[in-house]
Amino acid sequence: MTHLTDLPVWAAIPVCLLLLGGSAITLVGSIGLIRLKTFYGRLHAPTLSSSAGTVLICLASMIAFAVLQNRWIFHEVLIIIFVILTTPVTLMLLGQSALYRDRIEGSTDVPRKTTGPEPDLSAIDI
Amino acid sequence: MRYWFPYPLLSLSLLALWLLINQSLSIGHILLGSTLGISWAWIMVNLQPDKTRLHKLRRIAVLTGRVAVDVVRSNLTVMRVILGTGSRPVNSGFVAIDLSLRDDNALALLACILTATPGTAWLEFDRQTGVLTIHVLDLENGARWSDLIKCRYEAPLKEIFE
Repeated sequence: MTHLTDLPVWAAIPVCLLLLGGSAITLVGSIGLIRLKTFYGRLHAPTLSSSAGTVLICLASMIAFAVLQNRWIFHEVLIIIFVILTTPVTLMLLGQSALYRDRIEGSTDVPRKTTGPEPDLSAIDI
Repeated sequence: MRYWFPYPLLSLSLLALWLLINQSLSIGHILLGSTLGISWAWIMVNLQPDKTRLHKLRRIAVLTGRVAVDVVRSNLTVMRVILGTGSRPVNSGFVAIDLSLRDDNALALLACILTATPGTAWLEFDRQTGVLTIHVLDLENGARWSDLIKCRYEAPLKEIFE
């Protein structure tokens, strides 16, 4: 951590603000996992950290290392792009399995399937 | 030309990726990145992804700006909901949207947009009927959400991809 003391003040202030902002948003996202009551509601909380949290923390890292190494640094952009590209995959998997389970349990809170066969209750052992 | 460079956009993106990861713009890395980009595009031919041509590049810029604004705005909304400082009780719910978008890549992009925007989660898309089910955290009015997504995202995506 010693090289962080080389960071000039004018760069340290935005880096700190971005880092604190990103971590605060990520923390709020995690708090949301406790405070929101339904599974579908909880799906939304982690997207806070995967969108704004990631972007702010990566920006802070870009500024910090660009100033420290005295050159332009862009490869953190890749982290942002790949996080945004891959989040839908896990989110859809979780959402669809929850939807499937709720339909099998005959929950009235979830929308019915629009077409195709209804899930077969007898064949599945829950 | 099409035969030698089956996916020019993919090759260019791979070259950009290579240069970004190596953090250099030297001739050697550009050559190596181009070779890798072109040969990986050849590998992609075997996977046979849907070919899409992008139209109206200006619409892409407009859409990107719009998504950025929406992501910031919805981040603030969701934070307000989680911290419980909103003025009214939150009612979340499902919204069914009739999409006329059929292009696979456009749908994938729409999924990325909806997921990156906190407060909306893509749940299910029925390919036969074209009905998309999303879950909205702070639902004021279901019909308004449906219109919002149709006008704000689906229409420009249709213009870009189809």
